[in-house]
Amino acid sequence: MSMLSEPSTSRPFDVHGSPGERTLAPAATGRRDPVDPALCRQWLRDMLLIREFENRCMQQYQDKKIGGFCHIYIGQEAVAVGCTAAVRPNDPIVTAYRDHGHALARGMAARHCMAEMFGKIGGCAKGKGGSMHMFDREHHLYGGHGIVGAQIPLGVGLAFACKYMDEVIDGRPNSRVALAFLGDGALNQGAIHEAMNLAGLFDIPCVIICENNGYSMGTSIHRGTTMGHDIISKAIGYGIDGYVVDGMDVLSVYHDMSAIVEKCRRESRPAFVDMRCYRFKGHSMSDPRKYRTTEEELQYASDDPIGRLKLHLEERGELSDAVLKDMQREIRDEVRESIAWSEASPEPPMTELYHDVFVEPHGPYNGTSLPKMLQGKDLR
Amino acid sequence: MSTVTVIDPTMSATREIEFRDALREAMTQEMRRDPRVFLLGEEVAQYNGAYKVSKGMLDEFGPRRIIDTPISESGFAGMAIGAAMMGLRPIVEFMSWSFSLVAADPILNNAPKMLYMSGGQFGCPIVFRGNDGAGGQLGSTHSWCVEGLFSNVPGLKMVIPSCPEDAKGLMTTAIRDDDPVFFLESERMLGMKGHVPEGDYLVPFGQAKVRREGTDCTLVSFGRPVNFCLDAAAELAKEGISCEVLDMRTIRPLDIDSIVRSVRKTNYCVVVDQSWSFGSPGSEVASQLHQHCFDDLDNFVHRVHSADVPTPYAFNLEQEYLPNARRICEAVRSCLYRA
Repeated sequence: MSMLSEPSTSRPFDVHGSPGERTLAPAATGRRDPVDPALCRQWLRDMLLIREFENRCMQQYQDKKIGGFCHIYIGQEAVAVGCTAAVRPNDPIVTAYRDHGHALARGMAARHCMAEMFGKIGGCAKGKGGSMHMFDREHHLYGGHGIVGAQIPLGVGLAFACKYMDEVIDGRPNSRVALAFLGDGALNQGAIHEAMNLAGLFDIPCVIICENNGYSMGTSIHRGTTMGHDIISKAIGYGIDGYVVDGMDVLSVYHDMSAIVEKCRRESRPAFVDMRCYRFKGHSMSDPRKYRTTEEELQYASDDPIGRLKLHLEERGELSDAVLKDMQREIRDEVRESIAWSEASPEPPMTELYHDVFVEPHGPYNGTSLPKMLQGKDLR
Repeated sequence: MSTVTVIDPTMSATREIEFRDALREAMTQEMRRDPRVFLLGEEVAQYNGAYKVSKGMLDEFGPRRIIDTPISESGFAGMAIGAAMMGLRPIVEFMSWSFSLVAADPILNNAPKMLYMSGGQFGCPIVFRGNDGAGGQLGSTHSWCVEGLFSNVPGLKMVIPSCPEDAKGLMTTAIRDDDPVFFLESERMLGMKGHVPEGDYLVPFGQAKVRREGTDCTLVSFGRPVNFCLDAAAELAKEGISCEVLDMRTIRPLDIDSIVRSVRKTNYCVVVDQSWSFGSPGSEVASQLHQHCFDDLDNFVHRVHSADVPTPYAFNLEQEYLPNARRICEAVRSCLYRA
């Protein structure tokens, strides 16, 4: 894996630490077929969209259009885009609170994601969830979850349900795999260990992806967990195969995740991925990043996943300046439009306060309904 | 004890089965009816249930639908919630609700809030069930009454039967309900026998039942203490005090209308609730009654709860700790100015 084998002299900072022999994780083996340049350009577009969206989010937050907590995904775009490309559209996914990137990569329109943060009725959850709680049933995104690590038992449950529906109800082999994302800060939460044990014990086809950006808020991974240099050792203890993947390179993410996902699908077994990446911005909007140096940030910035993909395409003559400029202009317009659309979207009416609490209407609770985003959509 | 899997039809009118059999009958019938329903928990399958509620279910449904879990409440409760989000209908057995506390995050932060936080996209049709309450000298950590803690949370329904018939009818309703249901049983009642209808039998949520009619004082209760109220009412009848005993059957939704109707007749009310008094269903009933029946009440609403201390182990202390019949009688006499 390129990032791990770089000579340390030219790259003095290594927030993750060497996993030693585990650099030879099985996912790295196998032939890498060249990827269709059109697909690569699509990934570039997806990553640029997330980058632009997040940059504009920060502005909207400063302008107080977005409230609460807001966690920016810049630097980790290759993970959401590469992982999404490696699964089927109906494979369920669930993630933590740094979730805008996953929502956009999965196909949620920027306007519904932005409007959710604006607390408007046009948001994916009608403005009731906010930045940390993006849901999209059409695109099989089961949240956005705010409590660190809590989404991993849910993800194992999604995969359990896929397998149960296929094998127990329909009497056919399991066909789906769930992806459950967590940050390295979640590694020390009991819930993920219980979930990994159950996944290993019950042969549950869930790929648990640790977006290891080296920091649990302001605490470096080595101050927070044992075996921080080799976190897949935790999964191996639960009988789950672990893989180290370069999360700063979308091609590596795509190739390795494709192999891992298909193995899980075929064997109906879980996997754990140490997805090594770096968050370019703070933990949340209020983080001054005093726990790390500018030099470290600059080194990782030089490893920008968007830059790497651009370089890959340009070296092969598969991305002209004109195409890139068009792409950037389209994305700027799309994100700008999402802000205007969110501004124009009404606040949730007061009837929403007691709506979606219970399916069954009773007392003050007035039932439930799908958000506008999903009305008329095929939700099977 | 007997497990009723084959029933003599000539006996059906008077058929009496145990509380645990009633629960099992509801779960079994629903699992036959709907392949999305499955049961998971500690010792539910090969061991036949720590309290034999699921006895024989592994034989009928196999290990894919009757699932033994490790002792890992947070993990398997969360896993079941994920499965419910995809449309399955899990029944999660907590050997004791006391053990659900380590699963507080999934059962309180995920299940009851998922529909709201997803803007109506993902519901959570799940039943959490298990033994609740003290009375078996288990000490404080194993004697939780979770009514007070968990009924505080919007988005969940809380069910608490006091007899085998309701155990079946409420469990069937719980499994078919599209919202998360917290179903509170009692180890002390699992062997209780009573008439239970065969076949499909549903008791709707939010409808209290008058277990004894009376004119002088309304006793409002939930779950096992309903039986203490019936004992107290029999005792008080000897003194010429006529109590009406209301079995609420569900705490959320709360059938306040039935309480109001009874109190407008009796003008006195004693609430009997086995949870601690501070911030409890009992205090909620008192508060709502003072709102609805301020001019009907001839005394403030009296309340009998478990004593406001950790549950003691010693038999005599534990019996005194419970909202027992003697304490209920004292509260009624005090409420009626006859102390």
